[in-house]
Amino acid sequence: MKRYLPLMIFFGLAVLLGIGLTLNPRELPSVLIGKPAPQFELDRLDTPGQFSPSELQGKAWLLNVWASWCSACIQEHPVLNDIAKSYDFPIVGLNYKDQDRDAKDWLALRGNPYKVVVADREGRVGVDYGVYGVPETFVIDKAGRIVYKHIGAVTQQVFKDKLLPELQKAQR
Amino acid sequence: MKRSFYWLMPLLLALSLTVSAKTASSITSNPIAEARLVELSAELRCLVCQNESLASSQAPLAEDLRREVREQIALGKDNAQIINYLTDRYGDFVTYRPPFKARTLLLWLLPPVLLLTGLVLLWLRLRRASPPAPKTDADSDADDDAIKALQQEFDGKNHERD
Repeated sequence: MKRYLPLMIFFGLAVLLGIGLTLNPRELPSVLIGKPAPQFELDRLDTPGQFSPSELQGKAWLLNVWASWCSACIQEHPVLNDIAKSYDFPIVGLNYKDQDRDAKDWLALRGNPYKVVVADREGRVGVDYGVYGVPETFVIDKAGRIVYKHIGAVTQQVFKDKLLPELQKAQR
Repeated sequence: MKRSFYWLMPLLLALSLTVSAKTASSITSNPIAEARLVELSAELRCLVCQNESLASSQAPLAEDLRREVREQIALGKDNAQIINYLTDRYGDFVTYRPPFKARTLLLWLLPPVLLLTGLVLLWLRLRRASPPAPKTDADSDADDDAIKALQQEFDGKNHERD
């Protein structure tokens, strides 16, 4: 029995490290889950004026961080267009570290699923939300708290399995 | 010919690292604040290129976070407050030194526990392996007798042959 101990330790380690390999080190859990969504006041790109999250108090909504220079955003954009068509949840687009002109052209070309588009030109609001890449999508509940964060492109699958249940819970 | 320069490579690599660490974009003219920025951002992780510090990373996010740190310094915040500011947004992963709390207990305690266990096992094993018994006078007398006996036997045999 004792002579198999090193072998058993080896297999134990191999299984542990094997599990480690299947995890994605890029996906960092957000510390903001359950905390109030940070407030901001930013210029709108879709119409003149400004927007602040407090305007959506009492509603569950999505905050989608995107940029015209981000390729994964092109991939997720049709999904966002579908969501906007099929559901009532407002989607706010946080245009992250972008040129206004580029962002507007990009939306004109690919359609605008956003109820509101705001420009975070220097990425300051992004820092408050713990954004470290685009796209990222937050679910914010009726009380204005962040309840879920998705890192990377939103697919139909992600929306159906993760965002939609969270949104429905957040609306209650 | 080429091979003879291989030993230079780690040296050059090390040099390039120190150079890039020093280039953490300096904008403010205050050298004390800049020194604090470099010192602080060397302790902080760039979340885009995770194994690079904020000081050495050229990623746009690292630029932004250095700007935030610089502003916090200008506001007169101390190091702990600045690190809190970042961990409130990005979590403990942003620091290279995770704080000591319930979730990181295993991380902090496992290495010393393993080391201690190893040392105790080593000590037990060394103690169990009995050292060779020291030679006593009785032993050496016995040896002398044996040698004498052998010598006599040897001499006797020689005589017989003659």
